[in-house]
Amino acid sequence: MKDDVVLRVVAKLLVPFILLFALYVQFHGDFGPGGGFQAGVIIAAAVIFYAIIFGLPTARSVVPDWLVEAMVAAGVLLYLGVGLAGILLGGNYLDYFVLGATPVAGQHRGIFWVEAGVAVTVSGVMLKTFYMFAARARDK
Amino acid sequence: MMLVTVAVLTRSRNLFAVVVLSSVYSFLMATVLVALDAVDVAMTEAAVGAGVSTVLLLGALHLCRTEEAKHAQAPWLPLAMAVVTGGVLVYGTYGLPAFSDPQAPIHQHVAARYLNDGPKETGVPNVVTAVLASYRGYDTLGETIVVFTAGIGVVALLRRRRQRSEGDR
Repeated sequence: MKDDVVLRVVAKLLVPFILLFALYVQFHGDFGPGGGFQAGVIIAAAVIFYAIIFGLPTARSVVPDWLVEAMVAAGVLLYLGVGLAGILLGGNYLDYFVLGATPVAGQHRGIFWVEAGVAVTVSGVMLKTFYMFAARARDK
Repeated sequence: MMLVTVAVLTRSRNLFAVVVLSSVYSFLMATVLVALDAVDVAMTEAAVGAGVSTVLLLGALHLCRTEEAKHAQAPWLPLAMAVVTGGVLVYGTYGLPAFSDPQAPIHQHVAARYLNDGPKETGVPNVVTAVLASYRGYDTLGETIVVFTAGIGVVALLRRRRQRSEGDR
């Protein structure tokens, strides 16, 4: 689908807005619907959309394999790290109250980083799965 | 509309049509979830069920034939199993409290505390996020690890397969 001008232009216009919407879903999850899981899926969907229009090699050069694989692990480590931070600051594991100056600020900070970890892992896993399937199709 | 989709879905032998119809089904399901005020779940259903999984299924479809193989014999035993299980589940719903009944046990346990104290204790207006990330932090950690495990499972399976086929050549 690389040669279709309409698809290329529309994709170029849409992808930034999809990514922006993903960030909105991520950071507005405290106030409206959304959160880490949904934002991660939307980020992955944006890259998959890009890969469908511009071809897998182009997408792989924009979001390389090593980055995706690192994201898969980094999200879980970030989540675990938040838990450990709670212990180091004198609370229980995954205790957010000690993370900030006031309990409510600590909760905010803890939820923020936990959701970030979820988003990173989810989008990494989705992208990796897509890459594996698409690469197999191309090898054939 | 969902019933029509499912009926066509089961009758269709073209796998491409099946994938597209299951995507349609996911969108209808998302609409139902919005009607039930579960916006977070609806968002996930629309993004995962209708979006990403459709793309993944189409990618898998690219690797095999698009026509479903004919069954060797009529699948009466699976059909009977499905009907019996469905019947038992429907029978089970008669034991549930009525929909949105405030006296239901689930609303008497911790839900009231989440709803009353959640915004004060966490400072997060969206109760779903507060419960998910704070009160049930361990559950969400487990879910994230499940997603992670699934991801590295896919990587391990597919990557080894590719290397072996290269060795065969």
